Amino acid sequence: MNKRFPRALFALITTAALATACTPAPKENKIADPGTEVAGTVELWHFFTEREAAAIDQVVKDFEAEHPKIKVTIKSGQDDSKVTQAIGAGNGPDVGLSYSTDIVGKFCSSGAWVDLKQYVDRDKVDLNQLNATTRSYTEFQGKRCAMPFLADAYGMFYNKDLFAKAGLSAPPKTLDELTAYAKKLTVKNADGSLKTVGFLPLYDFYENAASHLAPAVGAKWLTDDGKSAVGADPAWKTLMTWQKQLVDWYGYENLTKFRASLGDEYSADNAFQKGQVAINIDAEYRLAFVKDQTPNLKYGVAPIPASDPAHYGGGYVTGNIVGISKNAKNPEAAWELIKYLTTNDKAVIKLAGLLKNIPTTTAAIADPGLNADADFKTFIDIFNNPNSSTTPPSASGPAYQETFGQFLNSYQAGKVKDLDAGLADADKQINSVMTLGG
Amino acid sequence: MTAKPLGVRVRKGATTFSFLAPALIGIAVFFLYPLGSAVYFSFTKFDLLSVPEWVGLDNYRRMADDPFLLQSIRNTLWMVVVFVPVRIIGAIGLSMLLTQLKRGAGFFRTVFYLPALVPPVAATIAFVYLLKPGTGPVNHFLEMIGIEGPLWFNSPAWAKPSLVLLGLWAIGDLMVIFLAAVLGVPASLYEAAELDGANAWQRFRSITLPTIQPVVLFAAVTGVIYTLQYFDQAAVAGSIASGQATVGGGISSNFGFPEGSTFTYPLWLYTVGFRYSALGYANALAIGLFVVALGVTLILLRRAKAFTGEES
Repeated sequence: MNKRFPRALFALITTAALATACTPAPKENKIADPGTEVAGTVELWHFFTEREAAAIDQVVKDFEAEHPKIKVTIKSGQDDSKVTQAIGAGNGPDVGLSYSTDIVGKFCSSGAWVDLKQYVDRDKVDLNQLNATTRSYTEFQGKRCAMPFLADAYGMFYNKDLFAKAGLSAPPKTLDELTAYAKKLTVKNADGSLKTVGFLPLYDFYENAASHLAPAVGAKWLTDDGKSAVGADPAWKTLMTWQKQLVDWYGYENLTKFRASLGDEYSADNAFQKGQVAINIDAEYRLAFVKDQTPNLKYGVAPIPASDPAHYGGGYVTGNIVGISKNAKNPEAAWELIKYLTTNDKAVIKLAGLLKNIPTTTAAIADPGLNADADFKTFIDIFNNPNSSTTPPSASGPAYQETFGQFLNSYQAGKVKDLDAGLADADKQINSVMTLGG
Repeated sequence: MTAKPLGVRVRKGATTFSFLAPALIGIAVFFLYPLGSAVYFSFTKFDLLSVPEWVGLDNYRRMADDPFLLQSIRNTLWMVVVFVPVRIIGAIGLSMLLTQLKRGAGFFRTVFYLPALVPPVAATIAFVYLLKPGTGPVNHFLEMIGIEGPLWFNSPAWAKPSLVLLGLWAIGDLMVIFLAAVLGVPASLYEAAELDGANAWQRFRSITLPTIQPVVLFAAVTGVIYTLQYFDQAAVAGSIASGQATVGGGISSNFGFPEGSTFTYPLWLYTVGFRYSALGYANALAIGLFVVALGVTLILLRRAKAFTGEES
């Protein structure tokens, strides 16, 4: 072997190290004194497109009308990867709007988004106007680096025509009732294959993710010291056992075959909208899809059935988040825009009405206009319910949820023989994958 | 012989270097620098947002205890072992058939080449819908002739074979190369073999195959490298077949659907890097992939040595 090779490799690595270790360190942000007039240009990146992007434009115009010295430049269709890469390269927007609370852990811990506490304190913004769940998914380890920009609440949609055919009227409230309803609502073809499914319990079907079902049993994801809790929390076992019994009643192969024939979740061929599935887990945004794609569908909405009546009424809550980049050229104007979008009741109500998402401030939640729609009100109630919960932010993003999701998929397919041992193994895998984020 | 003056030598060297400079700069900027960066980052904890932190061999040690890595390696190896030979055999077979055509050869060459021009994402979406159980035309046709079609992309057992089928459909790029190679086999060799009484198989095995061997090796090497990096089709097929193609941007959480059967090595690398923000580990995975691709290529080249014109 050529003796010069290791030296050459060393030189190469050293050069690369010097050249690449130039990621800018976070700047210390000194904020202006109270009452200082804010002016200049602020750049907002968001992920919305088309109709939803137009809604953002409208509200930003209102902001500019109220703040004539601030001009907002908007870039739509910017996903989290683009924002991350831009910030990492020392650029990025003043204000970033993300669709996922999964980035909060990373953006807070790395300092990619600045701590907003100093602005919140200076302007005496009352964070208690946000409920506990939204407050929890916009901060990480005590650092508030994001504000909630509308929210999603998950509940249950049920087909009233199919309920009437099966002699059912009110929606199920417990998991046992859901099982009984699912069986009653299921219709088979002459050859024994599934024609209509009461409730399709597979975890990777549409919105049946573990995170969305966890509030039904009050399951905890992480312990207080940030380790996996799935093995120790008996609630997970309750959920898994219930789900597996229903899967086995249908037959995993039958469900897989049935599910393979269903349309895409976000298309007009959505199985619930087509009447192929009688009960479905979904969020408030489905209301707009139904109105647009299948306006004649007779349906009702209710909270997700719970294992214990004491848990009933809540659901999974998540939402969009917004923060100030560490490279922001005009952080004062950026904060002014964020404050307007997330705490100005008029703006929040307008956004909620245009985007058909749940508003996050106390006053906006109580807005009579938004509550006039009984179905939408159901989701506002779920959002407000103390049993509602969210997934805790983590520095490795959704890694812990997806690792557990893989285990759940194996379990429902009958590939896990010993549930306790499997959960213990899942704990290990989750703890391992979570170290990726630090 | 007298040595040339120093000035002349320097000028000559500078001239030579100036001709080489564009290529050398290209190699340095687009190959050595990224490779060096990847090697460096593979020894760090790095999330794109903060300053990289040196962690030594931690990222490489983690590989030994990564269940998803093992799953992704299994799937990628399956693809290498099945996908590459199937595409090569299919392309050779197709090119042989096309050389036999007396009329309409140009038309059929065009028809078989066209799928290679379709963007992989569009082709995969179309394939998933064509093969969709219940509503897709393929299973409908199979049902008409009394065959119950499989679940294709929705079945853990059929998802990878469905991807192979997709690769076979878009075989035009490889077919064109083999077609040129097959047409380049001297006709006199076939005439002599026919006079000696060789049948079609014997002519193929003793004349065609040895003559096109460098092209087979080229197809094998590029095929293995391509398959080790297999990403687009697996990502799109999993997302579409799951019925949860994301809206509003974002990275799909359904990579590998169903049951991890299409979860290839590059998908895990991408997930780790861009979904879990662990660029250090992702770079270690990338270096691992580079080393394997280099190793396989060297082994194939050493075994065949066809590029150098030596006997295998």
